[in-house]
Amino acid sequence: MFKLFEPNKIFKITSKAPKYVLFLFIVVLTVGLVEALVISPEDYKQSDAVRIMYVHVPAAWISLGIFSSITLLSICGFVFRNKNFFLISKSLAPSGFVFNIIALVTGSIWGKPTWGTWWAWDARITSMLILTLFYAMYLIAWRIYDKEEKVYKISTFISILGIINVPIIKYSVDWWNTLHQPASINILSKSSIHSSMLYPLLIMTAAFALFSLLIFLMKYNTELIKIKNKGLDRL
Amino acid sequence: MISELLFMNGYAVYVLSAFSFTLLSFLGLYLVTKMQFVKEQKKFVAKFGTLTTEQANSAKSQRINKEILANALNN
Repeated sequence: MFKLFEPNKIFKITSKAPKYVLFLFIVVLTVGLVEALVISPEDYKQSDAVRIMYVHVPAAWISLGIFSSITLLSICGFVFRNKNFFLISKSLAPSGFVFNIIALVTGSIWGKPTWGTWWAWDARITSMLILTLFYAMYLIAWRIYDKEEKVYKISTFISILGIINVPIIKYSVDWWNTLHQPASINILSKSSIHSSMLYPLLIMTAAFALFSLLIFLMKYNTELIKIKNKGLDRL
Repeated sequence: MISELLFMNGYAVYVLSAFSFTLLSFLGLYLVTKMQFVKEQKKFVAKFGTLTTEQANSAKSQRINKEILANALNN
């Protein structure tokens, strides 16, 4: 089954896809920005400061989603003995890391008008900062180790350690008293957020997801060309 | 209406700086990734140019190498 996903077979698609994804990303982002900055209403308590939610929340969601995917793919790499899983994980990490930084910085900017402080060591913020450190360690591991087997083991180990932090981030607002409010959006039950705010949030999430797909494709193609460059050296 | 939009009840500095940081991070990551891609592509084309005819034919037997060359020439 995995033969269908071999780099040699999918390069034709991955090399052509970025330009279409970029176009779609620009369209969805434009719609999302108009919705988030112009059309969506202000909050009765937070006023216009609530608009920061439209970049902060999608960035946090995607950063968590990417780290979970990295862990799952790394484990699959070992279980199915397929290098392509590691290559996909490695290509996903840079956008996940940047989304993590965006979530922290925009959260800090949002904190000032709503809580009166740029930073607080509350459970949600601290656990997000820990995730940044795991992303950084994961990326550094790929930079400093040359031997394939070693870097596969170390990066998988880092991702497995880091995944323990993901449920802590998710449930930190329920387990501890934090400055963050409990989740407003639930997949299984009714969300407490009004549709006039939910739709812009979902559109911005779609735009961010398209951007991470774009970066993933570009990074994946770069990694494939790097491998082929090494192959030419051996000829 | 435009002044209302730009003032945002006094929160514009926070809202616009959060959006600007996000968009600048996107632009930065896109440019860095694009530069890395172009660099590797150029390296590939340069290495391919140094191969002998026999080596080049052997390399071209792999479809992915032909795709990389074709894409590099199109860009």
